[in-house]
Amino acid sequence: MRISHAFIERNSIVLLVLALLTVAIGGIVEIVPLFTIETTVEHVKGVRPYSPLELRGRDIYIREGCYLCHSQQIRTLRDEVARYGHYSLAAESMYDHPFQWGSKRIGPDLARVGGKYSDAWMYAHLEHPRRLVPESLMPNYAFLADAPLERRDLLARMRTNIDVGVPYTASDLAQAEADLRAQDDPGADHAALEQRYHGAHVVPGNGHPTELDALVAYLQVLGTMVHFSDVTTEQVQQ
Amino acid sequence: MPTKIEKDAVTGTDTTGHEWDGIKELNTPLPKWWVYVWLACIVWAFGYMLLYPSVPYGVGYFHGLLGYSSRAEVTHEVAEVDARRDIYMKKIAAEPFAAILKNPQLMQVAETAGAITFAENCQPCHGQGGSGRIGYPALAAGAWIWGGTLDAIRQTITHGIRSGDAAARDSQMPPFGKSGMLQPAQIEQVASFVWSKFYGHATPGHATPGHATPGQNVTAGAKLFAANCAVCHGANGEGNPAFGAPRLASHVHLYGDLRAAIVRQVTDPRLGVMPNWNGRLDPATIKAVAIYVHSLGGGE
Repeated sequence: MRISHAFIERNSIVLLVLALLTVAIGGIVEIVPLFTIETTVEHVKGVRPYSPLELRGRDIYIREGCYLCHSQQIRTLRDEVARYGHYSLAAESMYDHPFQWGSKRIGPDLARVGGKYSDAWMYAHLEHPRRLVPESLMPNYAFLADAPLERRDLLARMRTNIDVGVPYTASDLAQAEADLRAQDDPGADHAALEQRYHGAHVVPGNGHPTELDALVAYLQVLGTMVHFSDVTTEQVQQ
Repeated sequence: MPTKIEKDAVTGTDTTGHEWDGIKELNTPLPKWWVYVWLACIVWAFGYMLLYPSVPYGVGYFHGLLGYSSRAEVTHEVAEVDARRDIYMKKIAAEPFAAILKNPQLMQVAETAGAITFAENCQPCHGQGGSGRIGYPALAAGAWIWGGTLDAIRQTITHGIRSGDAAARDSQMPPFGKSGMLQPAQIEQVASFVWSKFYGHATPGHATPGHATPGQNVTAGAKLFAANCAVCHGANGEGNPAFGAPRLASHVHLYGDLRAAIVRQVTDPRLGVMPNWNGRLDPATIKAVAIYVHSLGGGE
């Protein structure tokens, strides 16, 4: 029996089986490589999960749609490396769910913006961008300074990240509230915070963070976790 | 659904053989050129898979016959350009400022590299051409807080101000008001004195309780200034770059020209932070930026 076009069209079971096979090929080609994703993440030191305040800042970043204008991916192009610094590694986004890669550059790339400007600049610029950068077309985010950071769901958000593979420990969860407040208070003791989240940037708040405090804490850590002076080219050549 | 392929009388093309409510459909074949391009694309795709990184294995992936890697390529490209730039940048890194200033070719490179780097990294705070903003110093004559010589500028760019870098410039103006060292009325007097004497405003502030006239305020303020402020800011408000104490006898003021800004700063000072750039810019580029900033019109 010849499997002709007309035959397939008139036998629903044959059509169903053949359609399933065809779609499965596409599915396998797209999905199976993801099983090996672990092998594509470089082994570099320094990348850690976000501190509770940074994690909340990241939520604000995503809520406000910052990604619509700002990417966080320095591509392997000479001009981008010259402008922004070392190209982004997969490892630097391994705790990002979802990651913020992209090439949408209405605003500059933010992959290495951490530490590039002072805290005072970050606050002033987020509140009224044009007071500092006259040609900017970024909206004002002054309202974030008046919005107390919602903290009730902090643990739920961290547990959700655990579910997708971020290695927060039981003690990270137990100390989350304390860590969050310490990072917003320059006068607090930061030893425990620093031990759990190396290089966490303390923002000039009062221990009761606003959404703006969280966002600045997040922005100030971007791209600072990996010290590229310790990283050899071979390590990141996949 | 009867299948009866017919030849359409008007176009001479076969029909699909389907008929729905009396409507028949032509089975026009795809244009030949389109089919060939499509087949060529499939052939090209296989060639691409062979030459470039493509099929993933369980561990690793097929690297392709060309051994292409975008990371290796960009590393190579950067090295290539660096090699061309190094002809000049190595000299800029090695030569003292005095020698660079005398070399027109090096100066041209330094000022170009400095201007580009400044626009990307420094301008967001210091403004175009280093004009400065409230809270962000103007890079101009008479406004240098930590010194305006080439070496001082390079030091500031390299290590920053209150940046956390081990060699960062650091100083703390005491919170005279917040700590209770000066009473609010005394701060008003100091502000009146500074505002009239150094900022050059004819009307020396307003009266405060206990000191009926503005003139009395200024006289009292002068004594308080000499006792509390002159040690850093200088008896004549000339400032002191060793402590990062801004020059007060100037027309350019870090926090603006208002009397209220003086009151605020004496009460609870804002301490500006400048990041250290030694992690982001190489030493030669920092020197180039220093030369550019120095050339903006206020270098010492």
